Amino acid sequence: MLIKTIFAGFGGQGVLSMGLNLAQAAMLEGKNVTYLPSYGAEVRGGTANCTVAISDEEIASPVASSPEFVVAMNQPSLVRFQNQIQSGGLFFINSSLVEAELSRGDIEVISVPANSIAEELGSPRSANMVMLGALTKKSNVVSLPSVIEGLKDTLKNKPKLIAINKKALMAGYNAV
Amino acid sequence: MTGNSAVGEAAIRAGCQGYFGYPITPQNELTEYMAAHLSRRRGCSFVQAESEIAAINMVYGASLAGVRAMTSSSSPGISLKQEGISYLAACELPAVIVNMSRGGPGLGSISAAQSDYFQATRGGGHGDYRCIVLAPSSVQELADLTHRAFDLADRYQIPVIILGDGMLGQMMEPVEFKHEAPEEPPVRSNALRGAKGRPSRIIKTFTSKPTELEELNWSLFRRYQLIKKEETTCETFLVEDAELIVVAFGIAARIAKGAIKNARTAGLRVGMLRPVTLWPFPAEAVREFAKRTKYFLVFEMNMGQMVEDVRLALEGKGEVFFYGRPGGVIPTPSEVLRVISRHYYQEGLR
Repeated sequence: MLIKTIFAGFGGQGVLSMGLNLAQAAMLEGKNVTYLPSYGAEVRGGTANCTVAISDEEIASPVASSPEFVVAMNQPSLVRFQNQIQSGGLFFINSSLVEAELSRGDIEVISVPANSIAEELGSPRSANMVMLGALTKKSNVVSLPSVIEGLKDTLKNKPKLIAINKKALMAGYNAV
Repeated sequence: MTGNSAVGEAAIRAGCQGYFGYPITPQNELTEYMAAHLSRRRGCSFVQAESEIAAINMVYGASLAGVRAMTSSSSPGISLKQEGISYLAACELPAVIVNMSRGGPGLGSISAAQSDYFQATRGGGHGDYRCIVLAPSSVQELADLTHRAFDLADRYQIPVIILGDGMLGQMMEPVEFKHEAPEEPPVRSNALRGAKGRPSRIIKTFTSKPTELEELNWSLFRRYQLIKKEETTCETFLVEDAELIVVAFGIAARIAKGAIKNARTAGLRVGMLRPVTLWPFPAEAVREFAKRTKYFLVFEMNMGQMVEDVRLALEGKGEVFFYGRPGGVIPTPSEVLRVISRHYYQEGLR
């Protein structure tokens, strides 16, 4: 089973780290995985996105024409990706910043007030991990322990941040 | 690991002692990796040069001194290195040059493209020479082919180009390294490291005697024939019963593979031939397929470059279609599937 997820948002919201953490978790579970970032001209405040493909078999293309899951951390991402999601797919929307007005009814919308939850935790910058927690629960692609384990690799240069990111993951996981 | 970092790690494990680079997107992570890791190794040099031209000439110098040396860049920077590559070829010196190519012509775009096929496979600089050109299509293969590139460069005393693209350089995949870095990196025996106790050697790129240069050209040509015979490599995918063969390299082959899997699900008998060495091009393999099927679809992220080699290989025996997206546009598997289906049904295959 091949599952593709697109993470999108403003540069600085941590959309690439979300994807990286998911990819890391999938790798720890022994799955085939590719991680493809948008790159180069992205800056804080601009738009950024990445695609993660996870499969039990060899992954052909790292590009997603019609992803199963899309995470939209901001309004432009909602507009850009809502028509690409596969029918029956899940659309994760950061309801703190995004007003969801969808023109299609064949996908399920999961609203997560990621910024509000992160602020309650006292760590506004962890909104991405809140969202990843919610995605982990609803998507069932990887397990929560793997995502938490993956944090140790992706944050190996900033070990102090592991605890708060773990907390944010759990909060997101429990919010949906 | 990103593709760029994987090349760096594989190069270090292949015994690369000199890396010389100049920044350009989308290959900066490779330069960064070498700055962090190669510069720490004993006897190794990392230099961020003042220009691409300086970087390739540092490779030239390091190679003359007998060590394994590498440089990397992306399309516009690779153009600047062509003079140096021609000199390396003339001096019969090994070197590894990595091109994480991007859209062109000119400064182009920073997105992944395959428009440097001609430049890479036809020599690129002035004079009658070729470089071995390797085209990986996954991060694992980037690592494996980097190792192979250093071995080939030494075995045939020739510059080897790894033709990747921005997407391959930027994407992450799990990767396994099959070799440990050598304790003592190899040093070539014909290097220039001081002539104490032996007659001096002369390595030069200029001669006033045309016959002498003709002899060099013949000797290079004979080596190229040997490389064609020994090193031509390609991969095939679901070709046994295929009525339509897609020919694609690098990341385009990855995208095509996704399309072919879906085509198979829909009952279309489609397979793929993926050249791993772009030069030497697997012409023999293409010709072999022409005995079984008539239809070939060449898919590239350019306006049609490898398609010329496919046509030459077929010698008019097959029907060759082309589909390309230039400029750094990344086609999707479903887009390629539409093209496959269109040709499949138009030709009445079923």
